[in-house]
Amino acid sequence: MLVEATGLCKSFGATRVLDGVDLSAAEGEVLALLGPNGAGKTTIVRILSTLTRPDAGTVRIAGVDAVREPARARALFSLTGQASAVDDRQTGRENLVMMGHLAHLGRRESRRRADDLLERFDLTHAADRRVQTWSGGMRRRIDLAMSLVGGPRVLFLDEPTTGLDPAGRATMWDTIGDLVRGGTTLVLTTQHLEEADRLADRVVLVDGGRVTASGTPEALKTLVGGDRLEIRVADAAGLRRVADLHPAAVVDREGRTVTLPSDGGAAHLHAVLDELRAAGVAVDGVRSARPTLDDVFLALTRPASPSAPQPVAAGTAA
Amino acid sequence: MTTALAAPAVRHTGARAALSDRLTMSARSLRLTSRDADTLVMSIVLPVLLMALFVYVFGGAISGRAEYVDYVVPGIVLLCAGYGAASTAMVVAADTTSGMVDRLRSLPVRSSAVLTGHVVASVARNALSTAVVVGAALLMGFRPDAGPLEWLATAGVLLLYVLALSWLAALLGVLASGVESASALSFLMLFLPYLSSAFVPPETLPTALRAVAEHQPITPVIETVRGLLTGTPIGSSGWLAVLWCGGILAVAVTAAGWAYRRRGRT
Repeated sequence: MLVEATGLCKSFGATRVLDGVDLSAAEGEVLALLGPNGAGKTTIVRILSTLTRPDAGTVRIAGVDAVREPARARALFSLTGQASAVDDRQTGRENLVMMGHLAHLGRRESRRRADDLLERFDLTHAADRRVQTWSGGMRRRIDLAMSLVGGPRVLFLDEPTTGLDPAGRATMWDTIGDLVRGGTTLVLTTQHLEEADRLADRVVLVDGGRVTASGTPEALKTLVGGDRLEIRVADAAGLRRVADLHPAAVVDREGRTVTLPSDGGAAHLHAVLDELRAAGVAVDGVRSARPTLDDVFLALTRPASPSAPQPVAAGTAA
Repeated sequence: MTTALAAPAVRHTGARAALSDRLTMSARSLRLTSRDADTLVMSIVLPVLLMALFVYVFGGAISGRAEYVDYVVPGIVLLCAGYGAASTAMVVAADTTSGMVDRLRSLPVRSSAVLTGHVVASVARNALSTAVVVGAALLMGFRPDAGPLEWLATAGVLLLYVLALSWLAALLGVLASGVESASALSFLMLFLPYLSSAFVPPETLPTALRAVAEHQPITPVIETVRGLLTGTPIGSSGWLAVLWCGGILAVAVTAAGWAYRRRGRT
């Protein structure tokens, strides 16, 4: 494992933010930390990137103990946090070249990499303008580009698309996709299920400072149930008849839809439609659906939420 | 793309890397400061306005204007240098509360390099504004009788004073919770010279204030600069000035580095 964290605990004052978080990412893998606001995602990333010291637990990055030897670990990763980490009063190129110098690449190589990254992130046209004149999407891209100057083995991205419009988000997803194809190991946090679904090899669901589930997006979806068949019926009478035939079905009277469990296969679809025709039910439409990560998210976080981020009673915090 | 991302085999430790980081961060701070029009204009306009105020408004009321100009200029120069150096606290606080600080802190870069950069920029900014103030003073009738050596010594004392105050400002900037609270030092540095020998001889002050004026660090620095430029007796002020500034510098450098490392690493 390139990134491995075990038993991370962290309290701020009497508030327990993390309560025994384990996670790991293999070389070349994209790991998404998915969770609602206040779940502890940012604290996890800050601990992984040596900015915050955990109360308990270990972090290893490429075998280096990041808690005990933060200085060594810092040579191995890069962080793009939530807040913009770009100097507004420097130009895009100056920001990148500065990062090259800080990575001790030498003048020539720093300039070469800056050119390279400007090109790759489609920022060449604005390279010599101060970043304060740039758009939000461009700023986010240079933020990410600056994290790549030193050639990190691991990249931590804290909510990479927060604050971007849909177009900016799509561009950012493409950029991240390119990085991943280039072999960079990625740990990212997000509140957007779609984002996790689209980018991540594995998802860790974080809620109330704990990992409530983890696995591939597909595996997580199976966790809340398999495929479903949504049947839109023409009239209320038909709706009643389907409900009689399938007592387990979920009936939505307003939308005139019935949802049945399914194995996702064509045979089952045919069987259901034949059965409905025989019963004289007029069908308007049929849709086969897999559960979305939204379903997973709601199923796994909702019950825990009311009791989750409990403040630890003052005297008992270890 | 993979080639561009290959991790370079470079060392991030050792004296060369540390020096390189300091130079990089100094270049950054100098660039940022030279493009920060507000701070730059304030650190030049305010001193010149104050100079004009003391020379033309108060100067006429107090004894002869020409003599008072010679008396007050060293104080104004110190006031401006102090104010300019103190504004570093706001620069550092703004930088320390921005997202940039997390990026810098998560790099294998020694933390003191960041603060060194800010202090280098502060010294450069103050060298510029001090030169402007001295120039304005000469235009307003300041007639120093200092030779080249005295000017050099004056520059040295001012440099030490600005350096000590800049590091002190950097320390307060790191400790401050935001830019607003960091501006408290600027206020203090605007106010403290009035309780020194800058504008009136301490002998004219009430006893309590006189005790403050005679024992605070700004007075020996002003007396030293005044002595060097206009030939008034320096006495023990020279040593006191160097001791005060050196002491503040040593404490502030150590404490600022410590505070910067601690902050955020909660």
